[in-house]
This record gives sequence, C-alpha cells and structure tokens, in this order.
Amino acid sequence: MAIKPLAITAYTVTNALGRGIAASLTALRNGQSGLRPCDFEDAGLPTWIGRVADVEDEPLTGKFAAFDCRNNRLARLALEQDGFAATARQARDRYGADRIGVFIGTSTSGIGATEHAYRDRDPATGSLPETFDYRHTHNLFSAADLTRRWLGLTGIALAVSTACSSSAKVFASAFRHMSAGFCDAAVVGGVDSLCLTTLYGFNALGLASTQVCRPWDSARDGLNIGEAAGFALLEWAKPGDGRMRLLGYGESSDAYHMTAAHPEGTGAALAMEQALARAELRPAQVDYINLHGTATPLNDAAEDKAVLRVFGSNTPCSSTKGWTGHTLGAAGITEATFIWLCLEHGFIPGTLNTRQPDPSLGAGIVLRNQERAAQVAMSNSFGFGGTNCSLLFGREET
Amino acid sequence: MNALAIESIGLIAPGLSGWENSRPVLAGEQPYHAAPIPATIAMLLPANERRRTTATVKLALQVAQEAMVSTTLNNKRSNRAGTTPLSSFSEEGNMCVRTVLASSGGDSEVLDKICVTLTEPDRMVSPTQFHHSVHNTPAGYWAIATGCTLPSLSLSAYDGSFAAGLQEAAALAWTEEARVLLVAYDLPLPFPLSERRMIVAPFAVALLLNPMTTTQRLALLRLKPGEIQSADRLNHAGLEQLRTGNPAARSLPLLCAIAQLKAGSVALDAGHETILNMEVTP
Repeated sequence: MAIKPLAITAYTVTNALGRGIAASLTALRNGQSGLRPCDFEDAGLPTWIGRVADVEDEPLTGKFAAFDCRNNRLARLALEQDGFAATARQARDRYGADRIGVFIGTSTSGIGATEHAYRDRDPATGSLPETFDYRHTHNLFSAADLTRRWLGLTGIALAVSTACSSSAKVFASAFRHMSAGFCDAAVVGGVDSLCLTTLYGFNALGLASTQVCRPWDSARDGLNIGEAAGFALLEWAKPGDGRMRLLGYGESSDAYHMTAAHPEGTGAALAMEQALARAELRPAQVDYINLHGTATPLNDAAEDKAVLRVFGSNTPCSSTKGWTGHTLGAAGITEATFIWLCLEHGFIPGTLNTRQPDPSLGAGIVLRNQERAAQVAMSNSFGFGGTNCSLLFGREET
Repeated sequence: MNALAIESIGLIAPGLSGWENSRPVLAGEQPYHAAPIPATIAMLLPANERRRTTATVKLALQVAQEAMVSTTLNNKRSNRAGTTPLSSFSEEGNMCVRTVLASSGGDSEVLDKICVTLTEPDRMVSPTQFHHSVHNTPAGYWAIATGCTLPSLSLSAYDGSFAAGLQEAAALAWTEEARVLLVAYDLPLPFPLSERRMIVAPFAVALLLNPMTTTQRLALLRLKPGEIQSADRLNHAGLEQLRTGNPAARSLPLLCAIAQLKAGSVALDAGHETILNMEVTP
C-alpha cells in the first residue's frame, strides 16, 4: 500500500532569486539567474555565488538578538515571506503548540559567526569575543530553535544535518514522526547561508567553478555555492483538499567514499527506486525529475547513470542550480518548492546556462523551459558522506 | 504507544568502558571512577583510515561497533565484544541496519581547525578537514566500514540531541518495521570554543532498537512524549556531572534503569525545557 500522503498546506522560499515564491517563480519563468561573481565578504575567490541580497542589513533584535547571524537572519527573512509564519501560527492554534514538530535541515548552520569570532580573538588570551553566542548561532540546532520560538511551537524539534541531503530528509523525518504520533503536523525546512568555510572548502576540493555552473554540459567544471531558506507546513492530506502532496521518499547510503559519489550512482538509484516504491508509482508515471545536478563532472555523471537505470532516457529532467547555485543543506527544500511551483503553474524548468549537453550523458535533460502540465515530479538531493534522498510530489488526482 | 526492544548497547565514557563492564557501575553495585577512555577503540576501521579519522569518528564508531558485535554474538557475554575487527562478523550478514546519529555539535575539533585556517592570510582549508566537517561524517565512515547502503540520518537538538535521536530512531523502526541503531555522541570542544560550550567529558552510547518485542533483549521501552515532569537525576555525583555535562549522557537515567533490571519509568531531559518520558521493563 502506498504511504499515507502528506499535504503541503503552506510554503515559502528565499534565495538568490529574491524573497518569497513570486520572485523564484518569475525568475524561473524568465530564465533569469541569481548567480553573480563572488562578492561575499572579503572572499577573493574566482567563482560565482548565489547570494541573497541585503541579508546583512536585517539583524535579529529584541528577544531574538542572541540568534543574530547570517544564517538566522536568512531563516527569519524566509519565515516572514508569503504569510508563512502567520499560517503556521494559525495551525499552532488549531493543533496545539506541542503537536507541531519542527524539522530543519542545515549543513553549516551559523558557522559564519564563529569565523568572525575567531578573527576577533583576544590577541593575548586567544579567547573569543564576549558577544559570540555559540548556542544560538553556530550550533546546528540554532535555526530549528529560532523557527520553533518564532512560531511559538513547543513540541519535537530537531536539525537534520546530512550535508546536501539535509532539507530533503526533513520530509522523511517529519512523515515518520507524524506516523508515530509524536506530532500531528510539521514545519519542515532548510537554511544554509554563505560562509568562508564552504567557499574555501569547495575551492580546496577543486569543485568550485570559475564560471556560472553548467549542469550536464560537456564543459561543466564545478558548482557555484548559493544560500537559501525555505519552509513548508505539512499536514495529513484530506480527500478533495486540492493540495500538493508528498507521495513518497527514498533514502540510502552509498557506503563508498566520504566525498565522491559512487561512480555507478548505485545509492542514488536506490533512493529513487524506494521513493517510487513508497508512492506505488512506476517510473513512467513520473513527469519530471529535478536533478541534484551540481555541475561537477563526477556528480552529474553518477546521477546520470542512476537516472538511466531507474527511468531510462525519456523522463524530462533538469537541474535548477544555474538559477540559485548549490544551496547545500537548503537545496532539498529549495528544489521541492520549485517542483510545487512547476506543478501548480504547468511548466518544466530548463537547465539554465547549459549550452552543449555532454554527449556521454543519457538522461532526458531539458535545456529550455517547457509548458507542460506535469502531475508527478521527483526531486533528488545527494551529499557528502554518501547520503542520498529522493522525494516524490504530486497534485491530488482530480 | 508501540514498544521497542533494546537488543544491545554500546557505551564509552570516562570510567564506562563498554556496556558489560559498565552495567554493575550503572546499577550501583560497583563504585564509579572516571578512568580515561582506552586508546584502542573503533578497531573496525582499517589502520589507514583509523589514523586519519578524528576522536569524534572513533568514539561514535566504537559504540556502534560494540552494539552490533554484541547482538551478533547473541549476548554470549564474550570478552571480545567491542575489540574484534568488524570483518570477523561481516559474513554473518546482520551488521547492516538503519542508523540514526545524534550529536549536539559534531566534530568541533575539525571546525576549530577550519576556523583557525580562515584567519590565516592564504586561507588554505585542508580538503581532508573540509570533507570531515559535515555532521554525517561518522555515518559515512560507518556505512563504508559495514558496506551497508541502508539509510542513515544525522541530527542535532543541542542538549536534547539524545531524546530527539531516540524519537527519530523509534519512529524509523516503527515505520520501516526494522531494527535501527541509534548512536549518540559528544566530545569536549577545543579552546577557544570550550569557553562558550562546556562539555565536560567524551560520552557515546549506541542502542540497537528492535520494533519486534523480541525476547533477546536487554530491556523493553515504551515512549510517552508530552507528559510534563522534571528530568531524572542520578544519585552519584560523578555520573550526574556527566549527565548534565554532555548531551549524549542525558541518556544515563535510561542506561541506569536498564542496568538495574527493574521495571520503572524514566524521564530524560529532552532539551529546550522539554522532557521525554518512557516506561522501561526488563
């Protein structure tokens, strides 16, 4: 039997394309990239980034001042778009504050605050400045903690941190906690912000491109790091509610290498197959795949093999990293919201910046936006440590 | 509420070296002395990888290994448990289970090194440090060591990380109708982070959970979230200091209840002013 479907009853996303879903929808429709040459702090790196404008100008103040850091500013900004916080608080009043779980994905949380604090250490003692608050900024739980406090929720709350699959896996985690009766509804999301750790880290691994990223292109040479925050409210679906639904999810481990994807895409294929199995759907019933598609030569090649194995070459697929960059722990929620926009508005996004598809890759890559009323779509998110997650979303059948 | 059997336990902390050795201490039958953790842990890792990995990875993998080897030995109370290479057991085919890893801060030793490097003029972050910086590094090493492609989830809930991990693991075991290995670990942070986040000593615990109430078990658990009371404290000052001084050690009231082989209720500090209640029966 297919899993009991979850309805997405509210959602929002903020990324390099702008604040809120309208900004993302417009840019996706118009093929406008949010990428720009790296101008983050003083990082003098020859790469491109997907930066959210003006995050630095909106500090957290008052009773939330302890949380103030780039990552939590971004989280707060996103929570306040599209009426999301207000809708979540209404749900809180319906279900009870302790009956809505909070599941937030992040990879680096507010480590940027620690980077700054290390720069400002006391030259004599080596101590960090008094203003530095580890718990409410750097710690992985801080954005989840901010979210629960911002929305006035008191139930189960946790941060999922599995690198770039983090905010895809929050859907699976929320489904399980709701199935177990630990909560009746869930706020899921993901928040990851630009920091020197990831910019210099990916640069050291030789994975950051000096150009705009070009997923599936024969000239692809790496990723662009982006930042994003997104949230969704999940409730058990009711017949006739007309809502977008989580139909299935699949998770697996590569058990292969800490940073390199399995060259045959074995773990990725397992995740996709399990998502299909949970949804009781055949591959041919999936109308669109939003690829992980980071644009590193090896990642795209491995994902291509996995897609070919599970779907063959006919299922339309694309990577939207050319719009937002790779938003790491926020990629899962970002691309889930893109799928909901596409299903609602009847189009499939192309693969921005990609000019010459790699002839050695066989998946059904879509280069330009297509007007197409899709019913069911899959989102792939894979990460360091060999962690894979695929999600299946669809509209209620009418 | 559904029940869970705890099939086996892995444990390491100062003075608590393995579940079998620690059980009489946690039951109050033997005195607690905070002896240092032995150096020969996480021997399942190949020598090369073991040299490269950090104290955090070794601590997490040690308790995972102990729990899985203990259950593979069918509670034979073998002295080998926890020190025998995993490869000796791999042919038995049941080392591969779903995993949940819970840790407040992950590998702060690695994050400290990266943040120091970023203050230097050339900011030459080490590729090895960077790929060890993700929270799911221990999960990745465990999957590689066991060759297991089943899902794994790494989480944090600050001081409530153990309770959140236990709920995630329970929910996973019930929905998948499969065994789940929960691993909770935290280590003291290096200076200067240690000034802002005090973790008093390393502590790691692993629980192998079975949604079938098998008779081959150390205890049976029934979670009862939502009932408000205060968290259990420990009578022994040294153990109580561990409990409040390490998020993974918030599990100690549960471990003590299991060690005492008596039925009773346990209330764990689940962080952010919440409590996780449960019934424990032998």
